[in-house]
Amino acid sequence: MYRYDTYDQTLVDERVAQFKDQMDRYLAGRLGEEEFRPLRLQNGLYIQRHAPMLRVAIPYGMLSAVQLRALANISRRYDRSYGHFTTRQNLQLNWPKIEDVPAILGELAQVEMHAIQTSGNCIRNTTTDQFAGIAEDETVDPRPWCELIRQWSTLHPEFAYLPRKFKIAVTGANADRAAIQVHDIGIRLTRGDDGSVKATILAGGGLGRTPMVGDIVRENLDWQHLLTYLDAIVRVYNQWGRRDNKYKARIKILVKALGIEEFRTRVEKEWAHLKDGPETLTDSAVTNATGYFPEPARRDVSEDAINAYEALRVENRAFSRFVTNNVVGHKVPGYKAVTLSLKRRELAPGDVTADQMDAVADLAEQYGFGELRVTHEQNLVLSDVPVDELETLWKALDTLGMANPTVGTLADMICCPGGDFCSLANAKSIPIAQALQDRFEDLDFLYDLGPLDLNISGCMNACGHHHVGNIGILGVDKKGLEFYQVSLGGRSDDNATIGKILGPSFNAEDMPNVIDKVLQVYVEQRLEDEVFVDTYHRIGMKPFKERVYA
Amino acid sequence: MPEVTVEMTPTRELSDLRQGGVIRQDQLVIEDAWQIVRLDEEGNLPSFEQPALVPLTHWLESITAGTAREQLAPWLPSDTELTSELGEALSGTPLLAIDFPGFNDGRGYTIARLLRERYDYRGEIRAIGDVLVDQLYYMARCGFNAFHLRDDQYVEDAMYALSSFSVSYQTSVDQKTPLFARRG
Repeated sequence: MYRYDTYDQTLVDERVAQFKDQMDRYLAGRLGEEEFRPLRLQNGLYIQRHAPMLRVAIPYGMLSAVQLRALANISRRYDRSYGHFTTRQNLQLNWPKIEDVPAILGELAQVEMHAIQTSGNCIRNTTTDQFAGIAEDETVDPRPWCELIRQWSTLHPEFAYLPRKFKIAVTGANADRAAIQVHDIGIRLTRGDDGSVKATILAGGGLGRTPMVGDIVRENLDWQHLLTYLDAIVRVYNQWGRRDNKYKARIKILVKALGIEEFRTRVEKEWAHLKDGPETLTDSAVTNATGYFPEPARRDVSEDAINAYEALRVENRAFSRFVTNNVVGHKVPGYKAVTLSLKRRELAPGDVTADQMDAVADLAEQYGFGELRVTHEQNLVLSDVPVDELETLWKALDTLGMANPTVGTLADMICCPGGDFCSLANAKSIPIAQALQDRFEDLDFLYDLGPLDLNISGCMNACGHHHVGNIGILGVDKKGLEFYQVSLGGRSDDNATIGKILGPSFNAEDMPNVIDKVLQVYVEQRLEDEVFVDTYHRIGMKPFKERVYA
Repeated sequence: MPEVTVEMTPTRELSDLRQGGVIRQDQLVIEDAWQIVRLDEEGNLPSFEQPALVPLTHWLESITAGTAREQLAPWLPSDTELTSELGEALSGTPLLAIDFPGFNDGRGYTIARLLRERYDYRGEIRAIGDVLVDQLYYMARCGFNAFHLRDDQYVEDAMYALSSFSVSYQTSVDQKTPLFARRG
């Protein structure tokens, strides 16, 4: 993975010193609350309901065992010995003291980490496919490109005070696992006939209050122009994005207001000036970035070992369940990628204790070349596990409580921290997730339902991506009471779709029954092998509505 | 993990800190007579003494009328849309200002960069309005070289903030080569 050189390290160290100075002035009363706000946000620091929250950047979800141990230690020393992995592949600490944050950032810098631009109206952490570099369906490894984008966007002097936050996602595979259609900018990397990298650029997607699917701005852009094209798009947004209403300030509103044709015209006009300018990428820049993501030193896995693994799948039902749900194919025969499920009854979705972080770091060193990935479904991935080590890894994960064989099922819910922690939330989300986990814990039932994304957000800001859940749940506030609105039919894959609202919202206690009725309709109406979301799009909302509101 | 000590920032004595006023990118406080003239609530230009920074539209009118050009300079609102005609007109003034109606209005950064990089403006670009020390570093990178600080801002803090970073990844007015091209 990427390693800092002296330039990166100097910049991050200077950032720590800058924030220390800003914090000193804030605590001394020389920097007002309002003026300090964007400064702390662009260093990941929120002031939350019960305590501050610090969001640590995990660039495009890549994390080393050394970094995870450092996070464990930081959570012990400065927090309550746990952290929360987010839908943007970052890690949040929920209970730091404000005045400790500069010291925490100093410790992060020692392991080549930071919290730069994890919040605020700026370009945020770039996200990508959790199976980048190892997926069977990948044509371009997105990680070097994500790193180039990370550097370009970090402390970009022109774009630190955009109208609103700005999120970029990149995929280089056939199947989109990075939800690029619901980001401010989505980038799909492909190869031209000559093998050179091309980028198709989407803009104007996003969730939040006005969910939208992005439009294509440019197809098959030559790789050299990636950064100048991004500069052009963000510059158009910076100039013309609305600043009078924060709910209409995202780029999607500008794209919609102008229409994609006019938006594209403005971008292309701006780009005509920037094209071939100094920010144009060079072979050596790409070669240098690519060099940080070499193929790990994998060993040969014998035919016998592969056969033994297949035999074990037949013999051992529990192992088989784990493999079927939590293990995915790898471009190298004999290797697999393993998802560590962070969806278990004892902890909120995405939460990991400090001791678990240490244990996972050990496993990453033992089974995964010391590297991990964070997924936008709030799980972790070991990307390079030989099949003859899967059984021992599975047992170790089972001991840790991270082997729940439910990845991709209803039980693998995406869930924001919600009203238990977040000051923006209208309603709690974690208790809803737990109630649903309790109700639908039978594995055979979950498997019978098949792949099903259930996403929960505690408010309009949609951190839990409820709009693109096959079943989405949104917490709403009505006269100080918490209610939940259900939507159906959303998806974040290649056919990204915003779900439609089922009808009037429900009490928290009713939610398990409501979801049960929705599932009943699916089970009764599905055709052979038809997944939930396809049944919904075939039969429409009416049968679900009639059953739930009967 | 070893104990970490975050390097302390240099102590700046509070006793004789100066607030507000105009500073230059080369970190010198300047005596400056230019007053900023804004439209009143009815949208009229109040009477003023020169030298003065006046709204862009008024300045353009005064050029057309041929009145007292040396003692007048324009300030550009943050929604100014630069065109080649406007860029041409502005090339004649040794000083112009860009207004920040709020410190979190980021349009001025783009305007300054375009003036420097696309319209080759060589004169002074001064930030006016809600100009706070913690935005100066980015402003300087985008081509501002003078800053009229908000009245409550400390000059010493501003000078410290201007040199926050010794490295940068991207190109801008102050750095014509991106880091990826400077790395060995």
